[in-house]
Amino acid sequence: MAESSGPSVLRHTPLHRVHGEAGARMTDFGGWHMPVEYAGIVAEHTAVRTAAGLFDVSHMGEIEVRGPQAVDLLDSLCSNRVASLRDGQAQYSGLLNDNGGFIDDLLVHRIAQDHYFLCVNAANQDADFAWMRDRNRFDAELAFASASYAQLAIQGPRAIAVASKLTDIDLAAMRYYWFSQGAFADCEATVARTGYTGEDGFEVYVPPSEAERVWNSILEAGADEAIQPCGLGARNTLRLEAAMSLHGHEIDTDITPYEADLGWIVKLGKPSFSGRAALAKQKAEGVRRRIAGFEMRGRGIARDGYKVWVEGREVGHVTSASPAPSLGTNIGLCMLPVEYADPGRPIEIEIRHRTVPAETVPTPFYKRRP
Amino acid sequence: MDYPTNYRYTREHEWLRLDGEIATVGITHHAQDQLGDVVFVELPEVGAKLQAEGAFGAVESVKAVSDIYSPLSGDVTEVNEALIDAPERINEDPHGDGWLIRMTVFDRSEIEKLMTSGQYAEYVAAETEG
Repeated sequence: MAESSGPSVLRHTPLHRVHGEAGARMTDFGGWHMPVEYAGIVAEHTAVRTAAGLFDVSHMGEIEVRGPQAVDLLDSLCSNRVASLRDGQAQYSGLLNDNGGFIDDLLVHRIAQDHYFLCVNAANQDADFAWMRDRNRFDAELAFASASYAQLAIQGPRAIAVASKLTDIDLAAMRYYWFSQGAFADCEATVARTGYTGEDGFEVYVPPSEAERVWNSILEAGADEAIQPCGLGARNTLRLEAAMSLHGHEIDTDITPYEADLGWIVKLGKPSFSGRAALAKQKAEGVRRRIAGFEMRGRGIARDGYKVWVEGREVGHVTSASPAPSLGTNIGLCMLPVEYADPGRPIEIEIRHRTVPAETVPTPFYKRRP
Repeated sequence: MDYPTNYRYTREHEWLRLDGEIATVGITHHAQDQLGDVVFVELPEVGAKLQAEGAFGAVESVKAVSDIYSPLSGDVTEVNEALIDAPERINEDPHGDGWLIRMTVFDRSEIEKLMTSGQYAEYVAAETEG
């Protein structure tokens, strides 16, 4: 997370006033003044697992890529295979440096063969855009479009019931990681069946000028489904239970997809892309460290940055950890030497100058019922 | 929020109540409100020797961990065992059932250095505005 530089310079989303009026507790997140919680993290987390939650994620960045060689530009930069996308399909991918480390992780949406829409992390958007622009030797045009979009996420088993009240788009027919463009709450929107919670749900991109009205329309439409406004606190516990990576934690500029257990977004079959050579070498030699899930066995809660010990030796660190509201356990992800990273290994977490027993476990910690 | 007038308060948001020779210590309404749902409490053993302003345990919510500091020097005589299974009592009744420890008082003059309820209310108001 970025250093706090004082409230005066924090950026606001178009929904900042709404959060204030709703009495949300706010925090500095990557330079943005964002809601942490409204009703409480546990209540919000539970609402998303059992009904529906609404998140303002307008701090996320958007980049548009157009032109005859848009796909070639993207396939030269992204670790996943952009050319395999069809119109209306989205893909999780990595934007990697020459060492194979994550500049960012992102969602690539194909609107048309010559038009793509990228959703990137707030704190990395400037670096992402600069990296892409500096490597654009194709007949393709990059546009930094973050100011043109507010993003709202409706997540949870009842998300589809809520969202369906506000659009004629056939959401039931929309598959996971597909999207559609059309009217949503009476404004032009991009509606994607994606999310960061481990639940079914939709991410809706609308013009910033419409954000407040759309937010209120969703809450109104969701009242019968007990929809709950949610902050970044619940977003973090939800994504952690689903073992989804967070840049600056499980993935970073010095962590590769193989180390982050994200080998599936690396397509070495592509002849060239940023980071490919380093990744091919790492794949051939094998990784030395890897992200592993763990669960506390002793009494204690692990937190980001705590040290991990095995047999009296410090061997790694916790990348993300928290109590898991849906599971009633204390869980985390950590970076470990590969020899310790398989499930079932007793480890210890250093908490306030003493070590507490834990054990590596399979991920995701939480999986929704199909 | 009313802060009991017979309690004293620290800058780290602990409260203290003196009953005869024994002081009871907890965290304030403001502290629990900032933390959110408390899910875990780590307390010292009975007999532990505490130093004024020394950390003696931790209160954790889903999102954060907060160290607790002793308002006084003294020995722990009792810990609130009920919090192990019901840490939410700290949210529900921070100035009562959610107490953390009881302790002896080595030096009563340390109590005089703590804030009164009026001073603490002003302190919280200033912190919230800042």
